[in-house]
Amino acid sequence: MEQQLRKMTYRDALNEGLREALQKDERVFLMGEDVGRYGGCFAVSKGLLDEFGPERIRDTPLSESAFTGAGIGAALGGMRPIVEIMTVNFSLLALDQIMNNAATYLHMSGGLFNVPLVIRMATGGGKQLAAQHSHSLEGWYAHIPGIKVLCPATLEDARGMLWSALLDPDPVLIFEPAVLYPMERTLAVDAGPVAIDKAKLHREGKDLSLISYGSCLHKCFDAAAILAEDGIEVDVIDLRTLRPLDTESFLTSVAKTHRALIVDEGWRSGSLAAEVSARIMEQAFYQLDAPVERICSAEVPMPYAKHMEEAALPQVASIVATARRMVHG
Amino acid sequence: MTNTDIKARQPLANQEQSLHLLRQMLRIRRFEEKSTELYSAMKIRGFLHLYIGEEAVAVGVAEALSTDDAVVATYREHGHAIVRGMSMGAIMAEMYGKVDGCCRGRGGSMHLFDAEHRLYGGNAIVGGGFPIAVGLALADHLQKKARVTCCCFGEGAMAEGEFHESMNLASLWQLPVLFVCENNFYAMGTALELSESVVDLSSKAAAYAVPTATVDGMDVIAVAEAAKKASDTVRETGAPFFLECRTYRFRPHSMFDPELYRSKQEVDGWKQRCPILSLTNRLKEKGWIDDSTLEKLEEDIATEIASAVDFAEQSEWESVEDLTRFVYSDVGVN
Amino acid sequence: MADFIMPSLGADMTEGILVAWQVEVGDQIKHGDIVAEVETAKGVFEVEAFSDGVIEQILVQPGSEAIPVGTVLATIVEEGGTIVSPTVVAERKQVSPAARRLAAENHIDLSQIEGTGSEGAVCLADIEGLIAATTATEVPARKQVETKTSVDFKDGMRQAISAAMSLSNREIPHYYLATDIDMSRSLSWLEEQNRQRSIRDRLLPVVLPLKAVALALRKVPELNAHWVDEQLQLKKEVHIGFAITLRGGGLITPALHKVDQLSLDQLMVALSDLISRTRSGKLRGLEMTDAGITVTNFGDLGVQTIFGVIYPPQVALVGLGKISEQPWAEQGGLSVRPVLTATLAADHRAGDGHQGGKFLDALNRILQEPEAL
Repeated sequence: MEQQLRKMTYRDALNEGLREALQKDERVFLMGEDVGRYGGCFAVSKGLLDEFGPERIRDTPLSESAFTGAGIGAALGGMRPIVEIMTVNFSLLALDQIMNNAATYLHMSGGLFNVPLVIRMATGGGKQLAAQHSHSLEGWYAHIPGIKVLCPATLEDARGMLWSALLDPDPVLIFEPAVLYPMERTLAVDAGPVAIDKAKLHREGKDLSLISYGSCLHKCFDAAAILAEDGIEVDVIDLRTLRPLDTESFLTSVAKTHRALIVDEGWRSGSLAAEVSARIMEQAFYQLDAPVERICSAEVPMPYAKHMEEAALPQVASIVATARRMVHG
Repeated sequence: MTNTDIKARQPLANQEQSLHLLRQMLRIRRFEEKSTELYSAMKIRGFLHLYIGEEAVAVGVAEALSTDDAVVATYREHGHAIVRGMSMGAIMAEMYGKVDGCCRGRGGSMHLFDAEHRLYGGNAIVGGGFPIAVGLALADHLQKKARVTCCCFGEGAMAEGEFHESMNLASLWQLPVLFVCENNFYAMGTALELSESVVDLSSKAAAYAVPTATVDGMDVIAVAEAAKKASDTVRETGAPFFLECRTYRFRPHSMFDPELYRSKQEVDGWKQRCPILSLTNRLKEKGWIDDSTLEKLEEDIATEIASAVDFAEQSEWESVEDLTRFVYSDVGVN
Repeated sequence: MADFIMPSLGADMTEGILVAWQVEVGDQIKHGDIVAEVETAKGVFEVEAFSDGVIEQILVQPGSEAIPVGTVLATIVEEGGTIVSPTVVAERKQVSPAARRLAAENHIDLSQIEGTGSEGAVCLADIEGLIAATTATEVPARKQVETKTSVDFKDGMRQAISAAMSLSNREIPHYYLATDIDMSRSLSWLEEQNRQRSIRDRLLPVVLPLKAVALALRKVPELNAHWVDEQLQLKKEVHIGFAITLRGGGLITPALHKVDQLSLDQLMVALSDLISRTRSGKLRGLEMTDAGITVTNFGDLGVQTIFGVIYPPQVALVGLGKISEQPWAEQGGLSVRPVLTATLAADHRAGDGHQGGKFLDALNRILQEPEAL
C-alpha cells in the first residue's frame, strides 16, 4: 500500500508533535517566553494556547533560570514539563539549572530523584542574527552526563522526537536548527514517535562517511549528490542524538568506507566533531585509510553580514572539496 | 499583605511540644558536634557546613510542615534532614561516603536527599534551589494538590538573580511556596550590610507582592508559631509567603574557616542567645524539666548518634563498578 | 672507514637510482652482503658491499632521482669503531592505518610501496591491488616460484596466486592454440633500428610482439575483455598485463596502458618503468586490475611453448616462447629462421577457437611488417 504523504514545514511538524503530546498526556504542559499569546518566537506553538488554555501553555517572564528550574521542580513534582528557551544563547542564563540541577539530581541523590523534563530551544546560524543569537552550542551540552541531547534535522524527527523525549525518565534537550523552521518537505500522514537512541544512515556509499546532524545534514545531502556525479559515493549519517552518541553507527560506516568527514556547525575546538573523531581513532583506527577530517564553523563569534556569516559556516563547496581530496588524494 | 514583626518572648504554652522542640534541637546540635569530631578524624571529608546556633529555624519550621509537604534546602541542611525524619544513620553513612548513605555516598554532606520525606536536597549552588521549589509548587498547583513547598535559603542567596526571578514567578503564578530565609547575617564571610543595598530583607519579597514576616530565629517557639501562621497562609491562599528568621551561626562557615571577618565578642554575644540554652532555661523556670530528665534526654540522643556512627562504620563502600549508575535512569546509557 | 658509493656496473653506466637499502644504520655487514638496490637503464641490481664493518651513516635515501656513479651513499666503519649519530633519519613512511594492517596480515613489506593516497600515503587500494596482482600467473611461473625461498611477502602472494589459479582452472573452460611465427623480418628490422640508437635507447625484442598483440586485439577485440556475471565486457582501451617475476619469488602481472597507442620507444620506456617499479614494489593500484589480457614471455628461460592459465576475469592469455633458430620450409625450400612460438589460452565461454585463430593469424601478419609497428 502506498504511504500517504503530506507537505508541511519543519515548524508545522514540531507544532504537531507538541499538540499530540498535550493531547496524549494531561501532565504535559509547555512554558517559555512568548509561547502563548505570541504563538512562539518562531511560531512553533501557534494555536496551542487556544486549544489547551493558559494553565498548560504558560507565558513566562524573561527569567530563563527560574522557568527552566521550575521545569525541573515540576518534573520532580510529577508533571511532564516542556520548557521552551528562545535560543541557545539565552539558555546560558539557565545553564546553572540545566547543568547543576537537571543533570545531577539523579546521581547526586543516589537514584532517588529522576527529572523527566524536556527543554526545547532554537540553535544555529544562517539567519543573519549575529553573535548573540546564532551559535551552535549543542555540542557543549553534549559534554554533560545526565542529560540527553537531540537535534532533529528532518520532519520525521521534528514530529516524532518530542514524544519519545517525554517518555524518557531523564532530562532531554532538543535543539531545533532555526534555519530549518520554514523548510518544507513531505511527511507520512501516520508519522509518529521515533527512536531517540540511534543515528540514521540516510544515503549509502562506499567511498567516504559524511557524519553530521542538524542543518548541516542538508548540506551533506547536497554535497553527496555532487560527489556522486564524480563517481564518489558517500554514506551520509545523521547523528540525531548527540548524547548519548550512537557510536556504532559511524564505526560501522567507517569500517566500510575507511574515510570519515565530520560536518558540525559548532566551533572546531573541543567540538562534537572532535568527540566523533576521537572515537573513530580509538575504536576504528585500523579501519582508516586517510586522516579523519572535520568541517566546522570558523572560530569567531557569528558575524552579521551575509557573506561573512556564510564564510563562517560549513558550506557545501567545502564539504565537496574536502571529500574529493580525501578520496582522490 | 501581612507583616509579623519580631515579638517579645511568649510564655511557653505546651510542655510536651516544648520538650519535643528541645529534643529536636539537641539532636541536631549533638549530631553536628559528633560530625566535627569525625571530620577531624578524617571519617568525613569534603565540605562540612555546620548548623550549630541556627537549630531553632529548622526545628520551628518543621513543626509547620506535614509529611506530604516538600523541603528544598541548602548545603547547610543536616538539621533539616534530621527534623524531616530521616534516620541519622542514613545521614551519617552518607557523610562517610558509604553505600547505605541516603544517596549511596554520591552526595555527601551538602547533598542529602530523601524521597520518602520529600527532601529535595541539599543544594550547593547558592540560589539554585529557588526555581526548583517554584516548580514543585507549580506541579502541586497544576495537579490541584494542597501542599506546601518549603524553600530554605540563606540571606546571601537573596543577592542572586534566581531569588528575584523565582519570587516574581511564584507571585505572578500564585504558587504555594513558603520561602524561609535563614538570615545568619553572613554570606560566608561577607556581612549583610556589605552585600545588600537594602538590608531589610522582607522588603525585597514585598516588592513582588509576597506577604512577609520576620521572626527571632533564636527562639524556637517563636519560629514555630510564625512558621505555622505562614504555612497556614500558604495553604489558604495557594500563594507564596516569605518568612525571615534572624539567627546566627556559632561555628565557622565550614571546617576550614579562621573567621577573620567577625569578632569573638560578637560570636560570644550571640551564644548568650543560644536557642537550646534559652529554651532549657525557660523549661526549668516552668519546672517542666529537671537535670535528670535532661541527662536522660542527652543519653538517648548520644545512643542514637552512637548507633548512627556504628551504622556508618559498618556500612560497605559502593562498588566502583557502579560508578556510572544513576547518571541516567536506564541502566547502561552513558 | 670505508665509503659505500654508487657503483658503476657497466662501462656505459654513469648514474643510477637508489631504489632501496637492504641495511640500516648499525647493521653489521660482511664483504659480499647485499647492501642496496640500484636501478639502471638495464634494470634493478642488487649491490654488494666490498668491505666488512658496520653501517655508520646512510647519506642518501631511496628516491627517483638519478645519482652519479661515485657518489658516497653510506659510510662503513670497521667493527669496534664508533658510530656517529646518523645525519639523515629515515622518515616514517606515510601509510594509512588500514593499509598498514592489511599489509601486516599479508606479510607485505611496506617500505618500497609507492602510495597513491593523499600526500603520497600508501592506502588500502595500493595494498589490495598488490595482493590482487599477485593472483596472475601461469604454470611455468608457479614452478619457478615454488623452487624459490625467502621473503615473507611470498606467503601472501602464494596464497593469492593459489586462489586465483584454482578459480581459473575450476571455472574457465580453456582452449589452446599455437602458431609459429617467422621473426626474421622483425629481428633484422630491429637490428637496423638499434644500430642507430645509443645503447641506452635500444629496443628489446619483446616489444615487437607486445605491440603486435595490441594491434591484433584491435582486429579481434573480443579477446580484450572481462567475463563478469556471465557476460563479456569488452575493454575500450588496450591495457596488457605483462607477467613479471620478482627476485624474491612470486609473480605480478601489472598492466601496460594503451599499448596500441604507444610507439615502440614509448613502449620500451613504459616496459622498463613497469619492470623496475614492479620489482621495487612501487606499482599503482589501478595497474593491478585494469588489464584486458595478459602476455607471458619466458623466452629468456628457454621455454619454447607456453600453455597459460587465464587470470580471471580476463578471457585470454598470450604466451611468447623463446625466439630460436628453427628449420623453416617455405615455397618448397628449407632454410633456418628465428622462430617465435606464440600461444593463446582463451575462455571458451566467452568465445571460440575461430576467434583465437583469427587473433594468432593477425599477430603473425603484423610481425611480418615490423616497420608498421
